[in-house]
Amino acid sequence: MKKVFELENLDCAHCAAKMEEKIGKIEGVMSVNVNFVMQKLTIEAEENNFDEVMKKAVKACKKVEPGCRIKI
Amino acid sequence: MTKRQKSDLIRIVAALITAAVTYAVTAAVKGIPWWGELILYVSAYLVVGADVLFGAVRNILHGQVFDERFLMTLATVGAFVIGEYPEAVAVMLFYQVGELFQSMAVGKSRKSIAALMDIRPDSATVLRGGEEINVFPDEVEKGETIIVKPGEKIPLDGIILKGSTAVNTAALTGESLPCDKFEGDTVLSGSVNISGVIEVETSGVFAESTVSKILALVENSAEKKAKSENFITKFAKYYTPAVVIGAVLLALIPSLITGNWAEWVKRALVFLVVSCPCALVISVPLSFFGGIGGASKRGILVKGANYLEALAKPGSVIFDKTGTLTEGKFEVTAVHPEQMSESELLDIAALAESYSSHPIAESIIRAHGGDIDKNRISEVRERAGYGVEGVLGGRKIYVGNALLMKEANARYHDCHISGTIIHIAYENEYLGHIVVSDIIKPDAAEAISELKKLGAAKTVILTGDGKKAAEEVGIKVGADEVKSGLLPEQKVEEAEKIIEEKGTTVYVGDGINDAPVLTRADVGIAMGAIGSDAAIEAADIVIMDDKPSKVAEAVKISRRTMRIVYENIVFALGVKAAVLILGAAGIAGMWLAVFADVGVAVIAVLNAMRAMKPAKK
Repeated sequence: MKKVFELENLDCAHCAAKMEEKIGKIEGVMSVNVNFVMQKLTIEAEENNFDEVMKKAVKACKKVEPGCRIKI
Repeated sequence: MTKRQKSDLIRIVAALITAAVTYAVTAAVKGIPWWGELILYVSAYLVVGADVLFGAVRNILHGQVFDERFLMTLATVGAFVIGEYPEAVAVMLFYQVGELFQSMAVGKSRKSIAALMDIRPDSATVLRGGEEINVFPDEVEKGETIIVKPGEKIPLDGIILKGSTAVNTAALTGESLPCDKFEGDTVLSGSVNISGVIEVETSGVFAESTVSKILALVENSAEKKAKSENFITKFAKYYTPAVVIGAVLLALIPSLITGNWAEWVKRALVFLVVSCPCALVISVPLSFFGGIGGASKRGILVKGANYLEALAKPGSVIFDKTGTLTEGKFEVTAVHPEQMSESELLDIAALAESYSSHPIAESIIRAHGGDIDKNRISEVRERAGYGVEGVLGGRKIYVGNALLMKEANARYHDCHISGTIIHIAYENEYLGHIVVSDIIKPDAAEAISELKKLGAAKTVILTGDGKKAAEEVGIKVGADEVKSGLLPEQKVEEAEKIIEEKGTTVYVGDGINDAPVLTRADVGIAMGAIGSDAAIEAADIVIMDDKPSKVAEAVKISRRTMRIVYENIVFALGVKAAVLILGAAGIAGMWLAVFADVGVAVIAVLNAMRAMKPAKK
């Protein structure tokens, strides 16, 4: 399943790249893209544990860039 | 300004005042103890940089060492340690101002790129139970009737049920000339209704509409990253640790030798400030996105930054002929009767073809122009692969190709003009022939000459048409090579031969029967793709209208974007390298270092915005 989320306060391009790397390492994530310009996060993961993956993604986002929030 | 930017600004102003007061007080009042001065400066420092400080601590706890905030904190705390109080506050202040500028510049560019792509309709007026209801476009079902008034965007694709109007498709194709639409015509979402009120039956839901597809395509283009973007991300990964290690070495080794710790630590702090990678990382994707946005405004949709990058250096450019370089519409170019007059021959041919809807028949009827008395001809039979036969004045009439002439035993002969030749025979008496050819698009020659000017190694035409017709088109448009008479699979083979050669192979086709080649080529460009899903799927770059000259324009946009990308990379790296060298030599101070970080980022972002503007003619 592929889902797109909006990102709030994504101000630093370097962080976007880091975030992408971190989320990509989460188990169950098939593909991830952080679009700095459109402030969008696209995650593709298995459907049955998508919520679990998203929880971890939110955590990863907080770790890299505390000001940035994934709008769910 | 966003809320966050506003609060940042307030903090910066407050810190500026605190710092100025502190500076004035310490300068005016003699005899303040060192700790008094320190307290004053630290308070100013905390007003402006507390969030950076907290961020740094938090990130350290999360194991993020080479974070921008951490580096800034280290640099400024270091400045305090060596006794450079005003410098520490100033650097933090300057850094925050730079960050604010950067955030504003990025916000602005995001907005202007979004405005470029602002073709999303906000609402739709749908007719339900005789009432006009205003709804969101995605609430409209397939097969419903919507009403579009002049000046409104057409929200969904559909067919006009009632009314006629002129529509402007500029947002989709870049073509600003309005186009007339009547009952039964298809209208596309994203175009603007100009003159009349129309009722449209929707042919699909909003998610499947042209406008949704275009938006999705352009917005998702960032997923395919260009090589230069990957390079810079990778570079940043090594750059920061390397410079930090450099800072440590610079602080330790010369100090141990000379014993002048304060001086060398100060120089090392400059390194720490310069080690932040943001200026590099921010500008490259923004440039690409600007280029893609600018191209979409011109009716050229690019599916990824990597394609825009590859297109900057085109190697071989392969064109499909029919529908790409030519209109795919036929026209009578010559009428050659044996005995009778030209108009008499055309009259007979038009009579025979009057029941047919084949493009060639239509072209002959168009050329005839006048009224055709269909009663004069009877027993008309259309024979695929041969032509048409019928009975005229009690005798058999044949209108068709050489095979049909052989069957009629007519003594036909070929023509010196290239094109499709339609022979006409009355029983076995040869009456003459009509030459029908496809029209070359007005800008086809310009497209090819422009591409050559832009450095394309060669231009090749691949076509299934006969040699004579194909070569004539080749000469007229100025192509280097023409390969004709190819069956669809041979076309793929020929294209693959060229793709395997060195350089970037660009394939330009109409996407109808050449989808395999479009996907196989380094850059596949589909032409006249508006409304054709298959072409949009298969291609890397989609040209919404049917102008081949847009291929050259796409190359120009790509060049311009790449130039801006390289400018930004060279500028950012150059300034950083210069400040590193000057900093090590003790010439550049912390001020310059902050400029090399945030100042460069702001300039690079502003430069990236130039990629949005249309390429110069």
